[in-house]
Amino acid sequence: MANARETVQPTHAPEPASAAPLLSIRGLGSHYGPIAALRDVSLSVGRQQLIALVGANGAGKTTLLRTISGVQKATSGRIEFDGEDITALRADKRVRLGICQVPEGRRVFGPLSVEDNLRLGAYCRTDKHAIAEDLGRMYAMFPILKEKAKSPAGTLSGGQQQMLAIARALMGSPRLLLLDEPSMGLAPLLVEEIFNAITELRKQAMTILLVEQNAHAALAIADQAYVIESGEVVLSGSGKELLENERVREAYLGI
Amino acid sequence: MLSQFLQFMFSGVTIGATYALAALGFTLIYNASNVINFAQGEFIMLGGMLTVFFLKSGLPMPAAIVLAIAVPAVVGILLEKLAIEPAKGADTVSLIIITIGASLVLRGIVQIWRGKGPAVFPAFSGNEPIIIGGAALAPQSLWVIGTSGVIVLALWLFFNRTVAGKAILATSVDPLAAQLAGINTQWVLLVSFALSAAVGAIGGILLTPITMTSYDVGIMLGLKGFVAAVVGGLGAGHGAVAGGLLVGIIEALTAGYISSAYKDAAPFLLIFVVLFFMPRGMFGAKKTERV
Ligand SMILES: Nc1ncnc2c1ncn2[C@@H]1O[C@H](COP(=O)(O)OP(=O)(O)OP(=O)(O)O)[C@@H](O)[C@H]1O
Ligand SMILES: [Mg+2]
Repeated sequence: MANARETVQPTHAPEPASAAPLLSIRGLGSHYGPIAALRDVSLSVGRQQLIALVGANGAGKTTLLRTISGVQKATSGRIEFDGEDITALRADKRVRLGICQVPEGRRVFGPLSVEDNLRLGAYCRTDKHAIAEDLGRMYAMFPILKEKAKSPAGTLSGGQQQMLAIARALMGSPRLLLLDEPSMGLAPLLVEEIFNAITELRKQAMTILLVEQNAHAALAIADQAYVIESGEVVLSGSGKELLENERVREAYLGI
Repeated sequence: MLSQFLQFMFSGVTIGATYALAALGFTLIYNASNVINFAQGEFIMLGGMLTVFFLKSGLPMPAAIVLAIAVPAVVGILLEKLAIEPAKGADTVSLIIITIGASLVLRGIVQIWRGKGPAVFPAFSGNEPIIIGGAALAPQSLWVIGTSGVIVLALWLFFNRTVAGKAILATSVDPLAAQLAGINTQWVLLVSFALSAAVGAIGGILLTPITMTSYDVGIMLGLKGFVAAVVGGLGAGHGAVAGGLLVGIIEALTAGYISSAYKDAAPFLLIFVVLFFMPRGMFGAKKTERV
């Protein structure tokens, strides 16, 4: 499988290198009823970078990704994508702009076939040819999905569903890929496989925002990283810096 | 003996086909929004009543029918926009009460506008019955059964063969994941209400030459459609069709062999019996195959 992956062509045109960040968030807040889940969050995601976001249970990581995708309302602040203000944009239009998310818990469409799941990932696209090509690339990247193309997605194992969830998001031809705990609940071997896939995407110059509880693995491959606690960004730096940071080592790496 | 049984079956399958369409209407909206739309019967009523109205206004039959399908579809969209959407996040019971309220409003408007009397228009292909095995089958029954069959097939193709249909299924499985895949779930809701209303209206149009219509036919037809949907397993398309036919046949057999005084009670007895032995309905457990 690793060999197959090496021969895969990029699924996307790399972002043109530019100093301006692809995603820029300023003073973002979000609430569940009266309870604030995000407070004054600011961060930016540079083009062709892999940004990691680490934090404990309930810190607000999922809420942040949902707010970026537009399925959760921002109650304050501003989200800019490629210089455009998208704070109030409808979720499906953000997908059209190229913001694709692999949600926490995979959330594949269980009764639909693997192939239907992948095609729905490309729901916003009209370029039939390129969609067919991308489908082939997904099957090359995750051969098991090709084997199970006609099976209902709900019958796949957890690891296979995670691959499907990643492939479904990639079918949207993302400019920014949001990954919410892709290794959650997987056996170590599968975790490695998922991280290999992420590393491969990174090599293809995909811009990625990665949420992980597996802080060590995430920081090790991140260009830049943020630590979030109780809805607030409390630390940021390069992946390497945070790996060596005393506070991070104690709280998230268990060293 | 046999010819009599056949006669009851013919009328059972005919009315059952209409119940199946009503049940599909419930299913479409339930899958897209988890709302049980008790205004479904009013779409059936609107189909028949509007056809009568447009025919009386001088329109030819095909135009009258197209309008009598299109107007309820718009009413369905308005129902979603004006009544269901503002109540987003409300509990199931509140939503049911809202749809019951909407059905009262629709029924009231038609009662004031068209009066309380019955309305009817001639059968599409005359009244010369076809005799099969000693039983008479009205040509209009063939229209009802044939058209319902075509609609069921068309819906099946839509949900199994088109991306738009699969997007609706995906939305009913997981609205959040559907949004993240770029599906406009708001659009899915509107399409579901419009489709559901159109399918109900078609049933009402087809049935009117056989049973006549009036401002209040939606109550019973809607309830029987609901029974059919629940008996079939709420949310299952093929269950809705099977449930509709079953309800229609049981009703006709009850009317024929026992007394027509009990025919309206039979479906409700059926719902208790089926739910007692199969709490999820006939096809409720298999969630992988919808419409
Ligand atoms: N639907 C909801 N309704 C109310 N509160 C919520 C909801 N979802 C999350 N919360 C709360 O918001 C806060 C942030 O939750 P969030 O899911 O964003 O955290 P997280 O960092 O993703 O946690 P985890 O690592 O467990 O996935 C938590 O306190 C949580 O209890
Ligand atoms: Mg989370």
